[in-house]
Amino acid sequence: MATRHDTAAPPAKEGGAAPGRPAAVPTEAEQRRRARLSRRWQRDKRWSPYAFVSPFFLLFLAFGLFPLVYTGWASLHQVELTAPTDMEWVGMRNYTRIFDDDFFWNAAKNTLTIGIISTVPQLLMAMGLAHILNYKLRASTFYRVAMLAPYATSIAAASLVFVLLFGRDYGMINWALHFVGIDAIDWQNDKWPSQFAVSSIVIWRWTGYNALIYLAAMQAIPQDLYESAALDGASRWKQFLHVTLPSLRPTILFTVVVSTIGASQVFGEPLLFDANKGASGGAEHQFQTLGLYLYEQGWVNQHLGRASAIAWTMFLILIVVGIVNYVISRRLRASS
Amino acid sequence: MRARTRTTRRVVVLAAVASLGAGLLAGCADDSGDDASDGSSSGSGKGKTTITLGLFGTMGFKEAGLYAEYEKLHPDIKIAENVTERNENYYPALLNHLTTNSGLMDVQAIEVGNIAEVVATQAAKFEDMSKVSGVDKSKWLDWKWSQGTTKDGQTIALGTDVGPMALCYRKDLFQAAGLPTDREAVGKLWAGDWNKFIATGEQYKKKAKAGTFFMDSPGGLINAILSSEEEKFYDSSGEIIYKTNPAVKDAFDLTAKAAEEGLVQAQTQFQPAWDTTIANSKFATIACPPWMLGTIKGKAKAEDAGKWDVAVAPKSGNWGGSFLGVPKSGKHVKEAEAFITWLTAPEQQAKLFKVQGSFPSTPSAYTMPEVTGAKNDMTGDSPIGTVFSEAAKTAPVQVIGPKDQIIQQGLTDNGVILVTKGKSAAEAWKTATKTIDNNLDK
Repeated sequence: MATRHDTAAPPAKEGGAAPGRPAAVPTEAEQRRRARLSRRWQRDKRWSPYAFVSPFFLLFLAFGLFPLVYTGWASLHQVELTAPTDMEWVGMRNYTRIFDDDFFWNAAKNTLTIGIISTVPQLLMAMGLAHILNYKLRASTFYRVAMLAPYATSIAAASLVFVLLFGRDYGMINWALHFVGIDAIDWQNDKWPSQFAVSSIVIWRWTGYNALIYLAAMQAIPQDLYESAALDGASRWKQFLHVTLPSLRPTILFTVVVSTIGASQVFGEPLLFDANKGASGGAEHQFQTLGLYLYEQGWVNQHLGRASAIAWTMFLILIVVGIVNYVISRRLRASS
Repeated sequence: MRARTRTTRRVVVLAAVASLGAGLLAGCADDSGDDASDGSSSGSGKGKTTITLGLFGTMGFKEAGLYAEYEKLHPDIKIAENVTERNENYYPALLNHLTTNSGLMDVQAIEVGNIAEVVATQAAKFEDMSKVSGVDKSKWLDWKWSQGTTKDGQTIALGTDVGPMALCYRKDLFQAAGLPTDREAVGKLWAGDWNKFIATGEQYKKKAKAGTFFMDSPGGLINAILSSEEEKFYDSSGEIIYKTNPAVKDAFDLTAKAAEEGLVQAQTQFQPAWDTTIANSKFATIACPPWMLGTIKGKAKAEDAGKWDVAVAPKSGNWGGSFLGVPKSGKHVKEAEAFITWLTAPEQQAKLFKVQGSFPSTPSAYTMPEVTGAKNDMTGDSPIGTVFSEAAKTAPVQVIGPKDQIIQQGLTDNGVILVTKGKSAAEAWKTATKTIDNNLDK
């Protein structure tokens, strides 16, 4: 909207050097034409921006808001996948039953523990790797690409390979462990080993990604901070503690938030970790996450209403987690 | 001039917005457009009708040359298939297409594990195949025909293959354990009673080759026992009775006993580790429909060829098989009906067995040379066709229900497998029933 035709100066009529206001009053037709143009440009100015942003909103409406609202509506009904249009109103029953649904709370606990087992070591290792990569290394690009390779691997492929590695009878990890005198571990059927194994897939996949984010942030730290610290006699370790870490605080917060979101949605790894047991997450549901339980209820057991209620409950839990996260991060920022 | 370029630009932008929006709506509205490209387009063009089939797994019609043969018989027909690899992906999509009446092929395959649910909930969407000319109910095994038929007598799908179950056993391992190796004698060891089968296992264990088990997995055992029962999870009125049916509890307890005694491997079927136990000859018996011989052949080492044989199971049962139905909303209903009538006829089923190992569901195929002369590398010269034919004919007319799979999976993967990990049968039963009840609860 650079030029405004309605107010732009028309060419001077009387050949004067200085462009002035037209002396003569424009004709009736001319005035109407201008008014019409003016209205059109007004409309343009008013509505075009909406048109420009509409693709996002249309997409969001169709694939974001509508499913959200419809899921909410479905969660108040008893609906089966065999007849999705045949809904029977049950009010809040799908929500109230969640309170004494052992399987839901088991899945919630598993999501939390797998989340912690996978996120904490992942971020610590990412920090360490980033620190190493931050030194001048030969072939540093190679290392950086290598770090990102797991991230570019499909979850399905990675999980299937890990299943083989973690095999009880013929797995490579148990084979390696037997050299140090550890008996075969049943990675799929025992609770903590299975959670550790699922977490290890997550760790393997995301550590490099986080390391690169840390690395980028580290490279933005001014070199003179380190120099002056060195002049003050700070060791490498002290430099890391007192220069690197404080400068990385916003980045760490970012990775924590993103990893928390990722951990709450863990699905593909546990689903494929024991593919023959389907979505039940192991014989005793020992590594069934919330995402997996939702999938099991909706697509395996075909109870769309129950699955919708689980989805909404997950959503609410995530909002609570988000608020906690926000409060903590504000505290941290205030204290710095 | 400038105004004009602006207008043009605006038109372009509006067009872009409109087309994006339209694309969006089209995306939501109807996905039959894709299918039409291979489906109806040929309806007018060259005067050929294309029949489309929605299949899962490797059903093998194409590999057996049956499409080409039919196209030769009917020059105005073309056949195209659309295959989804795994039934667990195929089936939910099929349900979606049926309930929304869009995106359906002219012919849709249905797995035996889903047929009861489709019969119970989607029958109105399918043509009644029993009324099609050339379809003769008496050609099929009774139980196969009735699985695809509603209570009111509407047959929504015709049977293709079945999975008559026998027991495959390792002759060398049996011999090492001092058991007979002749298939007649082996069958007699446990004829008529699964308890005798377990007793044979105990006998095997006494002198077993070190490191080997009597059977492949608890899941395989409980499945074999259950599939030989007339009633398992549902009664004939359609009520779920799995928890109170003594046959189910007996099957569970017998399997748990076998697991406690170490007669079955602590494995889940079709997992990579289970595959490896085939290659490493770790077990002596496995419940074995014809297609299982294909699995064994695929996983076993070449040097084990001919070491297997097939004996009659204590009680015959069925494991696996499929159906073909014609949705009413298809584009070429009449042509599709005629095609699957031909495709499921005994002659074609026999040809399919020869190439694909899918066992015919039509008894008159059992006397055809493709079946009687069938051989498998793993079983040497054994007349496997005859053994499986016998099993097919004596398998019970089983009451099947919509949620059979969920119940059986619960009993297996959340039940008997736990006994191999040291849980008691009672604990395992509790975990299994709790899981199943939660999964069934709407």
